[in-house]
Amino acid sequence: MDIGLEGGFADPVLQSQAGFRTIMDALANPGTVQNFTKSALAHGALTAELVSTLLTLCDQDSPIWLSDSLRHSDVEAFVAFHTGAPIVREPARAMLAFATSAAELPELGQFNLGTQEYPDRSTTIVLAVPALSGGDELITRGPGIRDHGHISPLGLPEDFIGQWADNRELFPRGIDLLLVADGAVLGLPRTTRIAEGH
Amino acid sequence: MNAVAQYNFAYLDEQTKRMIRRAILKAIAIPGYQVPFSSREMPMPYGWGTGGVQVTASIIGPQDVLKVIDQGADDTTNAVSIRAFFAKVAQVETTTHTADATIIQTRHRIPEKPLGRGQILVYQVPIPEPLRFLEPRETETRKMHALEEYGLMHVKLYEDIARHGRIATTYAYPVKVEGRYVMDPSPTPKFDNPKMHMSEALQLFGAGREHRIYAVPPHTEVVSLDFEDHPFEIQHFEEPCALCGAEQVYLDEVILDDRGGHMYVCSDTDNCEERREAGHVGVLGTPQEAAE
Amino acid sequence: MYVAVKGGEAAIANAHALLADRRRGDRSVPALRIDQIVEQLGLAVDRAMGEGSLYDKELAALALVQARGDLIEAIFLVRAYRTTLPRFGYSHPVETGEMLIERRISATFKDLPGGQMLGPTFDYTHRLLDPSIVSGDVPEPITRSEEPSRSPRVTDLLAHEGLIEPDFGTADPTEDREVGDLTREPLDFPLDRDLRLQALARGDEGFLLALGYSTQRGYGRSHPFVGEIRIGEVAVEFDVPELGFAVNLGRIRVTECQMVNQFKGSAKVPPQFTRGYGLVFGQAERKAMAMSLVDRALRAKEFGEDITAPAQDEEFVISHSDNVQATGFVEHLKLPHYVDFQAELDLIRRMRAEHEAVAVKEAAE
Repeated sequence: MDIGLEGGFADPVLQSQAGFRTIMDALANPGTVQNFTKSALAHGALTAELVSTLLTLCDQDSPIWLSDSLRHSDVEAFVAFHTGAPIVREPARAMLAFATSAAELPELGQFNLGTQEYPDRSTTIVLAVPALSGGDELITRGPGIRDHGHISPLGLPEDFIGQWADNRELFPRGIDLLLVADGAVLGLPRTTRIAEGH
Repeated sequence: MNAVAQYNFAYLDEQTKRMIRRAILKAIAIPGYQVPFSSREMPMPYGWGTGGVQVTASIIGPQDVLKVIDQGADDTTNAVSIRAFFAKVAQVETTTHTADATIIQTRHRIPEKPLGRGQILVYQVPIPEPLRFLEPRETETRKMHALEEYGLMHVKLYEDIARHGRIATTYAYPVKVEGRYVMDPSPTPKFDNPKMHMSEALQLFGAGREHRIYAVPPHTEVVSLDFEDHPFEIQHFEEPCALCGAEQVYLDEVILDDRGGHMYVCSDTDNCEERREAGHVGVLGTPQEAAE
Repeated sequence: MYVAVKGGEAAIANAHALLADRRRGDRSVPALRIDQIVEQLGLAVDRAMGEGSLYDKELAALALVQARGDLIEAIFLVRAYRTTLPRFGYSHPVETGEMLIERRISATFKDLPGGQMLGPTFDYTHRLLDPSIVSGDVPEPITRSEEPSRSPRVTDLLAHEGLIEPDFGTADPTEDREVGDLTREPLDFPLDRDLRLQALARGDEGFLLALGYSTQRGYGRSHPFVGEIRIGEVAVEFDVPELGFAVNLGRIRVTECQMVNQFKGSAKVPPQFTRGYGLVFGQAERKAMAMSLVDRALRAKEFGEDITAPAQDEEFVISHSDNVQATGFVEHLKLPHYVDFQAELDLIRRMRAEHEAVAVKEAAE
C-alpha cells in the first residue's frame, strides 16, 4: 500500500531553495512563466508542480486546504509524511490552498483574505491548470510589471476577471494566486490588475 | 558535552527558511507592508544585520554570487564579516562587482550602478517602522497603516519646514510605495531614494530584532514624501570624487589633517574602482598604471 | 596621494587572535575547565541557561569561558546555538507541586505543611569577604540524611479556601487554547499571559529587577507578599506519539516564586488575593521574584486597574526586556554610520551658511 513515503525531494535543502526562487521570481514578476529547475515527481492526483510548491512552502506551521480530488488518503498521507502540514476543511483557515482544477476551487472570496491590520495572513492559492499559455489573452498591470504584460493561461475559473477585480478591490487584503503547469509557475499577486484584450 | 553542531546550508534550519520564505512571498504581494516574522537569533548581534542575513540565508543558493556592502563599501568590517559568513555556511561565490552579483546585501547604501533584472538587493533594517519615532507603540502604528492614516508623518515633515525652512530628514527618508504604504527605506541617505523607484531589481528588507520583512518588487512606484511647495530633493555635492572624479554620486568626507583639510571620495568603492580602472582620475587620484 | 582604507579582513582576523590571547590570559595560570565552572560558578551558569533559554550546564559553562565571563555575551552564545537545534515537540507543563525541594520559604505563614527550608542561600550570610574560600579550606561535603521532601504549594493551600485566584488567573480553563511560543511566532501586542511569561522568563535580570523594584516604590504598587519561593528539581515529561504515553526525560532544577497580591474584588468576583508568577531555570531567586512582580504589574488590564507605571506597560516592558536584542542594538551604534552622518553634516553646514548669510544681511541693514 502506498502510504505516501515515496516521492519527496531527493535533495530537500537545494530543491526547496530552487523551488522557492522560482516561486519568488513568479510573484515578483507577475505573469511571467518561471520554470521549476529541480522538478519533483507527481504523486497521485498531485501534479509535479503542485508537489514542488507543496514541499517548498509547507510544514507543520502552515495549514493547507486541498481540493476534492486531492482529498484522498494517499495524498493526505504524502502531505503528512513530507510536510506535517495540518489539512483544514474551511478555505478561510488555509495559509495555502492546492487545487487540481478551477472547477474544484470555491470562489476566491471564501479563502482567507487577511485583515486590514494583517493583510499577510491571507491564503496563497496554488492552482494546477492545463497550460500556462494558449488561452484567451489577458492584459496585466501592476507592481513587478513594466508597463503592461500579457498572459493566456488555460483553465481559469469562470468569471475569473470579475472575481479577480473584486480581490484587487480589497487591497491590501486579498488572496495571491500561483498557476502551475508544464513544470512552471505563473504568479498573480493581489496587486496585479487583469483586463481582457490585447 | 554535546557534539559541535553541524550547521545546515546557509546556517538556518529548513523550517526557519520556509517560514521566512512564506513571509517574503507575502511581502512581495503587498509592497511596502511590513510582514511580521519569527526572527531567529543569529550568530551575529541584533542590530548588525540579522534581518538582512536571515533574508539572504533564505533565498541564497549555490548558483548565486553574493556582494555585501556597508556604507557603500565592500571592505568595511561588518560587510567583510557577513560576506565571510556566507562564504563559509553557503559556500557561495562572492564578488565586489555590483554587476556580477545576483544578491547584494547592503547597509545604508544603494549601489550607484543601476541594478538589473534578476538582481536582488537585500537591505539590513534597524527600525522598519517609519512612524516609530512619531508613535513608539506598535499597536498604534499598525492601526495607522491599516487605516492609511499618515497625517502624523506629514505633520512631522511640515514642522521641519516651519522650524528649519526645509525638510530636515536626510536619511531614512520616508517613501510611499504604490500609493499605499508609507515605508522606511532603511537608513540610506535620501540621495538613494530615487534609485528605489521603478528599479529593475527586487528589493527585500529584513529587520531581525524588530521581526519584520518587507519588499518592493521590480518596476514598482516608490515616491519620497514631500509637499508641493517643498518638493523632495536629493543632496548635491559641490565637488566630484577626489579619486575618480565622479559627479552625481554619493561621497564620503575624509578628514586629512587637524586644520580643516578634507576631501570627498566615492562612498561606493566598487564604482570608484571601476571608474579608475577605466581611466577616470580625480584631483587627488593617480592614473592606474602609475599606482602599480 | 590618498589611498582608501583597506584591510577589513586582516583587521578582523587580528582582533580575533588578540581576543583569544586575552581570553586565555597568563599562560602560567592553569586554564579553567568546564567542570570547574559548572561546579563552582553554578549561579552564573544558571543565569546563562535561563536567559539563554537552553538547559545545558556544560554548554552554558563553555559560553561563559568563551565570553570571558561577560554574562550577556554568554547568553547570546547560548541563544545562537539554541536556535539551530531541531524541535521535537513540547513537554508537559512541569509539576512544581511535585518538586524535590532544596529550598522553600514562605513569608506569609510562620509554619505550614512541608515546613520552611532555608537551603543553600546567601540570606543571613554576613557579606564579609571570606579569604578561607581561596586559602584551600574545604568544607566537609554535606550529604542529606533524608530524601528531599515534597510539599504542597502555598498557593494551593490558600486556594482551598477560595482566598486566592486559581492558577489560570482570569482565563477560562475550559477553553482549549494552545500555549503560544515566542520563539516560533512574532509577538503581536497585546499578548496573552503565556507569551508574556515566556518573555519575562528569558528577560534580563537587571531590567526586571529594576522594574519590580519600581512597583514597590509606588510605580504600579501591588502589595506583594512572597507566598512561596521554592527551588529544587522537577521532572520533564514528553509525549511520544508512537508509545501513547509520556516519557520522563529527566529532571531539571528550577526556581519558582508565587507572589500573593492584594485585590479588592468586584461585583462579579468576591475579594480574592491575586498572584504574580515567576519560574526560571536553575537557582535564580532574584530573577524569579522580580519576574513575579512584573508579571503581576502587567496583569493590570486583566483586573481593570489603571495603567500608570512603566512596569504595567506591556509593550514597553516586553519590547525591551530581552538583553540579546538590547545589547545588539545599543552596540550597533559603534558600526560605521559615515553615510548617514555625511547626510546630516551636509544639511547642518548648509543651514549654518544660511544662518550666517541672514546675520550678515541683518548687520548690513
